[in-house]
Amino acid sequence: MTAEVVLPGVLADLAGGDKHLAVDVGAGTLRDVLDRLDERHPLLGRRIRDETGAVRRFVNVYVDGDDVRFGQGLATPVADGAVVQVLPSVAGG
Amino acid sequence: MTDLLAIGTRKGLWLARSEDDRRSWTLDGPHLLAQEVAAVSVDTRGPVPRVLAGIQYGHWGPTVMRSDDLGRSWQETEAGAIRFPEDTGAALARVWQLRPDSTDRPGVVWAGCEPHSLWRSEDSGCTFELVRGLWEHPHRPTWEPGGGGGAVHTVLPDPASERVLVAMSTGGVYVSEDAGGSWTPRNKGITASFLPGELPEYGQCVHKVAVDTGDPDRLYAQNHFGVFATDDAGISWRSIADGLPADFGFPVVSSPRTPGTAWVVPLVADMERVPPGGRLRVHRTRDGGASWTELADGLPDASWSAVMRDAACADEGDPTGVYVGTRDGCVYASADEGDSFTTVAAHLPDVLVVRAARLP
Repeated sequence: MTAEVVLPGVLADLAGGDKHLAVDVGAGTLRDVLDRLDERHPLLGRRIRDETGAVRRFVNVYVDGDDVRFGQGLATPVADGAVVQVLPSVAGG
Repeated sequence: MTDLLAIGTRKGLWLARSEDDRRSWTLDGPHLLAQEVAAVSVDTRGPVPRVLAGIQYGHWGPTVMRSDDLGRSWQETEAGAIRFPEDTGAALARVWQLRPDSTDRPGVVWAGCEPHSLWRSEDSGCTFELVRGLWEHPHRPTWEPGGGGGAVHTVLPDPASERVLVAMSTGGVYVSEDAGGSWTPRNKGITASFLPGELPEYGQCVHKVAVDTGDPDRLYAQNHFGVFATDDAGISWRSIADGLPADFGFPVVSSPRTPGTAWVVPLVADMERVPPGGRLRVHRTRDGGASWTELADGLPDASWSAVMRDAACADEGDPTGVYVGTRDGCVYASADEGDSFTTVAAHLPDVLVVRAARLP
């Protein structure tokens, strides 16, 4: 079972240029998907999460269009065929 | 001989080169565009100069980048050069300082970071290990963050002993005499007007510390209010602010060549934090802080921009070169100990750090 991880262009280079990745969902949570993404692309993984495993403050992750910060965070269920989208938040200057 | 000046800004790194003993400069950049470069070092101890940059991607977190070809290409440790051990429950927020150790300790590089932490590398900055002695200090939970965050921003390893000094905003000065194993605060005599009551043992907001080249026990400290010196490695400090137009500021730089010589860049405080009268001036002492001389030649008369704690440095040249960078993106260089300055760069993003190196 896999989910489709969608990356912003600025992160695609860290995944070999691919903006769309098929990632095994493991036990079926966002944490599992991101752990597998870390294993395949460690630099990409560090851009999304810090060393405690927390999603970085100005990174937003959506599962099937819903911001996981307003849901179950890393425990958000990810089903077979789900879309996990990573986007930079509106921040900076 | 090439003189290299690394300029870290809020939006990238520039490298300035001079081939004529610092009379003129060529600017190369941006490197690491759009990344905040708050710490940089040019390590000339190896077969080729290594540039280390402590960067913050903004959205994507902090890390250390390294280049062995003066910025043409950059490498990054896959797992992160600086990575808090799992048991700490902490995450790296910012790299504030990168400091190569002496030539007698090849490969050793120190890093000061946010949250308050000191790190030591033995592989020229590819990987760093947390200095547990400071991290586990009982005072650490009470070190407060300054306006820029809570960080070890100054690391001064003594080349002739096991002494390491760190300075923190806030927290103050701490010294280890056993290469980082144990630490004691050394702030006696340093005022802290933002704290009530008697002078505290620690908690001062030390902005920068520099070591006199003639005596490893003589240090200079620019504080959040107050400029101080010590002749006993921080056991007792005394004010050396008399003669300065203001005792607030961020950097203090000592000469690597001439004992007793140091530079500061005063700012009006508390709330203004701009050069007095809007005139950017560097002040130099040649007598360990007993007196100060205002240096104006080549510096702007209309400048309302501050110089950050690491945006000033000296080089190894003869005479000593002095460099300052401002938050409005200007960089000024002096090849004569500050007697006169030329403009190296203008209209860069906010300058956060400058570091000079002489390349063979």
